Amino acid sequence: MEAEPGKGPVIPDFGQGSSCEVSNGTFCWDWLKAHWDDTMQPALLQHLELTAIAVGIGFAIAFPLALLAHRVRRVEQPVSVVSALLYTIPSLALFQLLVPFTGITTLTVEIALVSYTLVILFPNIVAGLDAAPPEVLEAARAMGFTRRQVLIRVELPLAVPAIIAGLRIAVISTIAIATIAAFLLPKGLGYPIFYAIKLPDPFKTEIYAAGALAVALALVCDMLLVLARRSLVRWAR
Amino acid sequence: MGALIADTFQPSTFVDALRFIGDNPHFLLTKALEQLQLSAAALLIAAAVALPVGILLGHLHRGSTFAIGTSIVGRALPSLVLIGVFLTVLGIGFVNNMAALAVLATGPMLTNAYDGVDGVDRDVVESAHGMGMSGRQVLARIELPLALPLIFVGIRIAAVTVVATAPIAAIAGGGGLGDIIVNQASYRLEGVLGASLCVMALSAGVWLLLVGIQTAITPTGLRLTKVPGDHHLGKEPL
Repeated sequence: MEAEPGKGPVIPDFGQGSSCEVSNGTFCWDWLKAHWDDTMQPALLQHLELTAIAVGIGFAIAFPLALLAHRVRRVEQPVSVVSALLYTIPSLALFQLLVPFTGITTLTVEIALVSYTLVILFPNIVAGLDAAPPEVLEAARAMGFTRRQVLIRVELPLAVPAIIAGLRIAVISTIAIATIAAFLLPKGLGYPIFYAIKLPDPFKTEIYAAGALAVALALVCDMLLVLARRSLVRWAR
Repeated sequence: MGALIADTFQPSTFVDALRFIGDNPHFLLTKALEQLQLSAAALLIAAAVALPVGILLGHLHRGSTFAIGTSIVGRALPSLVLIGVFLTVLGIGFVNNMAALAVLATGPMLTNAYDGVDGVDRDVVESAHGMGMSGRQVLARIELPLALPLIFVGIRIAAVTVVATAPIAAIAGGGGLGDIIVNQASYRLEGVLGASLCVMALSAGVWLLLVGIQTAITPTGLRLTKVPGDHHLGKEPL
């Protein structure tokens, strides 16, 4: 079901397309215009969806885990070591190794992507929660704050910059890793590239266009997070 | 989804994968060496460019935007995109993949070398100057030794990234274990899984080796640096 190729990118139709397509020119704008709707736009939206789900679920798991590690110190060390090792698993291998469990599905891709976001988000959130200076914590306690109040009103706001820093890395990395999903599924911006590379004469326009979109997507998301930090962290200015 | 998992879960595939490894140790070793060769070539080129630039900029305390920007842009460049783009320029084979992997390795090496040298305690540098050391002596005797742990973190991140990304190069004629992973038609699922396990072991092995070397070369006084703490510097795994 999910493995259904959908429409898939349209193969540059050598022999029928424009002279640029036939000669595999450096960049054929007319091809991009003609295939934006059936190739690039769906790939871009799929890519965004893969990334949003992975970072969303990753954050939903990493956040409570980090709160736990913040309170129960012993949790942090084992989680960091496991994370560091998990991070060394190449995504191509991780996707394949999950196939016997969850098949050639979007679920397989998302499990791998979520694992990588966890590895990035967890240590960043923990570091953020630990960032409150001791004298600030002492002052809060002296003012009669309970432990919960200290967490919500002091530690969490002070953790926002580190959390956003973690989200930036997680989003950019996920956008990059999601291109590798194309080895498994015809989904996301990796697929037009994967497809074009495997043609007997690799089609340049498709590689450049999808590559530029992937990089642009990453930079735009990064910029949005920087803006979010600016509006959330007003005290820093 | 539940039914889907139950339907497709075949633990025996992993047994077959292990059998594939057991049956083809020589073949897999050759492929692993091919992958290591490609990775080493890419790392050497990247190091030759990134380390001097990062160290020099750090020494001059200049170009922080450039040094940090390199790592952000580097992280935003997916390996598949790099391999695709270099393929169209350099054609299929070793050179194209080496160039793409070298670009990937540049970001973490440059940024960490810059951070390492730039971050050396200014008071220490000042006193070295006060003792009559020249700029070059300060760099060689004070800044570089103190920056070494961080420079090495950059090398380690770059090395693991490159070794882990190298299998992807197989679609552009890069060879290595990736050849098996992308060719399920010839090697079937057990071959793909077996090669994936080898790729995993290879990356983890390189990581452990470099962590070991790092611990060994770090001066005892600087041992406080946490080893697994690369999350804020890391490049995506691939």
